[in-house]
Amino acid sequence: MTIPRPFGIRPALARGRSRLARARTARRSVSASLDWWVTVPAAVLCGIGLLLVWSATRNEPDVSLLSRQVLSVFLGFVLMWLVSRRDPRVLRAYVPVLYLLTLAGLVAVLTPLGRTVNGSHAWIFLGSGLQFQPSEFAKVALILALAAVLGELREGERRPGRGAVLLALALAAAPIGLIMFQPDYGTILVFAVITGGMILVSGAPKRWLAGLAAAGALAVLLVWLLGLVQPYQIQRLMVLTDPDADPMGLGYNATQARIAIGSGGLLGKGLFRGDQTAGHFVPEQHTDFIFTVAGEELGFLGCAFIVLLMLFVLWRGLLIAARSATPYGTVLAGGVVCWLAFQTFVNVGMTIGLLPITGLPLPFVSYGGSATISTLTAIGLLGTVRRRTDLPGRPTGQSQP
Amino acid sequence: MRDRVHRGRLAVLFAIVTSLMLTLLGRMWYLQITTGPEYARAATENRVRTVSLPPVRGRILDVHGRPLVTNRTRPQVSVDYMTLIHQPDRGRAVLARLAEALDRPYEEIANRARLCGQGVSRPCWPGSPYEPIIVADDVDARTALSIAERQDEFPGVGTALRPVRVYPLGTAAAHLLGYLQPASAAAGSGGGARLVGRDGLEAQYDEVLAGRPGVREIAVNSAGKVTGVLGEQDPEPGDDLVTSIDSRIQKITERALATTIAKARKRGEPADAGAAVVLEARTGRVTALASHPSYDPAVWGRDLSQQDFESLPLASNAVLGQWAPGSTWKIVSTAAAVRAGRKPGASYDCPGSYQVGGRSFRNFEGAALGRMNLHRALVVSCDTIFYRFADQMWRRDGGLDPVRRPKDPMQAMAREFGFGDRTGVDLPNEAAGRVPDRDWKKATWERTKEATCRRAKTGYPEESDRKRAAYLKALAAENCRSGGVWWAGDAANFSIGQGDVLVTPLQLARGYAALANGGKLFSPRIAKAVVGPDGTVLRKIKPPVVGKVAVSRKTLSYIRDALADVPREGTAAGAFAGFPFDRLAVAGKTGTAEAYGRQDTSWFASFAPAERPKYVVVVVVSQGGTGGSTAAPAAREIWEGIYRLPARSSARGGGGR
Repeated sequence: MTIPRPFGIRPALARGRSRLARARTARRSVSASLDWWVTVPAAVLCGIGLLLVWSATRNEPDVSLLSRQVLSVFLGFVLMWLVSRRDPRVLRAYVPVLYLLTLAGLVAVLTPLGRTVNGSHAWIFLGSGLQFQPSEFAKVALILALAAVLGELREGERRPGRGAVLLALALAAAPIGLIMFQPDYGTILVFAVITGGMILVSGAPKRWLAGLAAAGALAVLLVWLLGLVQPYQIQRLMVLTDPDADPMGLGYNATQARIAIGSGGLLGKGLFRGDQTAGHFVPEQHTDFIFTVAGEELGFLGCAFIVLLMLFVLWRGLLIAARSATPYGTVLAGGVVCWLAFQTFVNVGMTIGLLPITGLPLPFVSYGGSATISTLTAIGLLGTVRRRTDLPGRPTGQSQP
Repeated sequence: MRDRVHRGRLAVLFAIVTSLMLTLLGRMWYLQITTGPEYARAATENRVRTVSLPPVRGRILDVHGRPLVTNRTRPQVSVDYMTLIHQPDRGRAVLARLAEALDRPYEEIANRARLCGQGVSRPCWPGSPYEPIIVADDVDARTALSIAERQDEFPGVGTALRPVRVYPLGTAAAHLLGYLQPASAAAGSGGGARLVGRDGLEAQYDEVLAGRPGVREIAVNSAGKVTGVLGEQDPEPGDDLVTSIDSRIQKITERALATTIAKARKRGEPADAGAAVVLEARTGRVTALASHPSYDPAVWGRDLSQQDFESLPLASNAVLGQWAPGSTWKIVSTAAAVRAGRKPGASYDCPGSYQVGGRSFRNFEGAALGRMNLHRALVVSCDTIFYRFADQMWRRDGGLDPVRRPKDPMQAMAREFGFGDRTGVDLPNEAAGRVPDRDWKKATWERTKEATCRRAKTGYPEESDRKRAAYLKALAAENCRSGGVWWAGDAANFSIGQGDVLVTPLQLARGYAALANGGKLFSPRIAKAVVGPDGTVLRKIKPPVVGKVAVSRKTLSYIRDALADVPREGTAAGAFAGFPFDRLAVAGKTGTAEAYGRQDTSWFASFAPAERPKYVVVVVVSQGGTGGSTAAPAAREIWEGIYRLPARSSARGGGGR
């Protein structure tokens, strides 16, 4: 295990610092509030993502895709920085507003403002090429809301009570219900995993967890029995077990993705030199299937590098969670880790034929403004939690200018 | 620092997260390292398409180098299947516009742009979807150009000049040349839209003519759009086939056959089929080979419906048609009789009828012609003399109780003349004819005994004509009882080319060639040489000698002399009235073969010049009447054509047989 060990200094907690004091040390706090151990890997992933988006779209008539993604990454880092400068408790104060805004956004998607892309009615169109996906931002809002509920322990409590867990479930149910109307089952799964993961991390009793797991299994069974599963979803599963069953139809994505990645070999064909990528054999290659570009052009080493970078971010996130001074921070960081881990696993898993095809982007790497900005914001959340840990480099008066 | 509960839960999360990522790594290793090479191959297949470039097919030339089949470039319009199906409406709009531009029905264009497969009938595209699908042939150049110029309106539509088969002789030699059809996918070896010879010389010499297709490897993207050419190998054109066919004589022969059939029909004969063969007597080369009814090979350039295709008279009667030879057969009987010891110059009686096995076998029209030698017997075509020979030979072989090894001199001679066996001509399909004998009759009887004996009991109740039904029943009863027996009557029938004997026109022609050239039996050849595209002779083709007629030169000469008198004063005298024999001594033999329930088969087999024969001409018209009235005038017309003699003034066919 290679969790980076904190350096020797064990500074005092910086509680109750006045806003004035923070303003004074603003310049220092840019570096101090960001956690470089997650920020740098995330930035590298974003950089790789930009190269891959460039490669995937270089033959497209629409050259604006790359510049849009550059803008998204930039905005994401700005937001990351802004969020990481906030004290966790300040963020907590925003929770009700953020949560309600999120719900409003998810409702708006269902109104004529919404827009369907790739079978999911998940976008809000703002005119002149501007559109965003409220469900991506909803992930951040949900993590913040659940952390507020599950991490706010009463005096003497070591784990959240029954009321807190039920409230958390209720808070998760509302956006999940709204997203069901889009429908976007991949995102619903992410929400479910975030909620389950945060309840787990919060220290809720094991029988509750068992109950939740049972309820989840029951829900899946019900969905199946009531015929709520669309035929295409069943077929996606069938194609997973036998990808060659229908190579030109449903299995096309899966097969082409596997061919692109598999043909990369150990070292890949070189950036911008992937024939499959240039020939656009894999649909949605700059968004959900961006990993296939990495697979073909960068090979196993490039892919492993991406996955290990992500693992590094996740480990660092877990360390931050472990070192958090408050249960709130622990649960918050845990939520971010669950989100990124699950989404990475599902996205990469579907491109390499491990999981059925779902429309989830690869965090930091896939093209997509809403997803990029919200995942980078989540890195900012890790930063803000780290402010209140015993990890080195946190903003204190003793830091060097 | 979080407390123990949180740390425990985070440890669980740590384990889950780590194992998930390691799972991804493991799967990636499997995909990219373990099975990587497989996927690399799949990737190549994914984006590389091999397109076959059709080679220019070799020409078929006549003996003077005039083309019988050649190629002409025609503007053709093709569509790219992959581009079309990636259109939003799967190319419907493009095809509709194209149909309009070509002024053809949309259905036709759309049907041709389909890929052939189960349940798809013609027209459809039999080739690969990556080859240009030809939807319109012989488009005029202006239309082709206007389509080529409007690529934005016609995405995936291409125009190109492509070679197509053309037949400069028009309808002539259609059967001989054969035709091309798309190689079926089942036949393997590329298949696709490659055309292969299906009949005639195109089929027989397909390997020579076809050439080698070129290969172009193209890179395509996921939409099937070509992004580049990776490699190209030019097609190698096919070699030319030089034949011994003389297109002038071929045309004359076909015209003569068609004319005589038309005339016979005017006289009321059914004349439903016919054939004519011109053979070089001393080399075995085929100079002309005609079959009627024929068809215009230009149909192959057009779009042919399945129904039209099936109604075409594709079989060549010259090699596939079989008829009893009638009196043309007498050269065999005469040769057999002489070899068996009969003196050709001796005097034989030719009565009006001759009793064979208790039945009376009559001369033609029952005429008693008095005593004569064999020369005269051939000239006037006496039957009874040959009946007697056959009867005597049959009895010498033991008659109804044959000796262990019957000599069957007539059958033996027939086989020496090449009958009852395929000539081996360089055409894909050929009938073998039939030389019936004791064994054949017995085998046939055993094969049909059951049905025959049933008929002997039940009769023919479905036959409306009661007289005919009674006759058939009696015949069935006799056949049931003793059908397998080679009667004296069978031998008698055989001697004059009646009964169960069957010959093809080409067989008869090579038999007469053997008579004319002193006994050499050739396997006829149509092809003479294979010539490369640069004009070098790659291979010479010579008709092989496959047999020898073991008859003395004197006897053959005697028979030839007799046949020389047939057109002058014999059965063909009417047809050859006024023929300039001083310029060309034509020798020949008429044949009028009876066929039960049908009109007579009209034959004329001839060679000239009689002293040193160069050509053999055989004409047959099924249900055409007597040999002298139908086949002989056609042969005369052919001879006149070959030697550029003045055509006869009064076209009056004699009644000779």
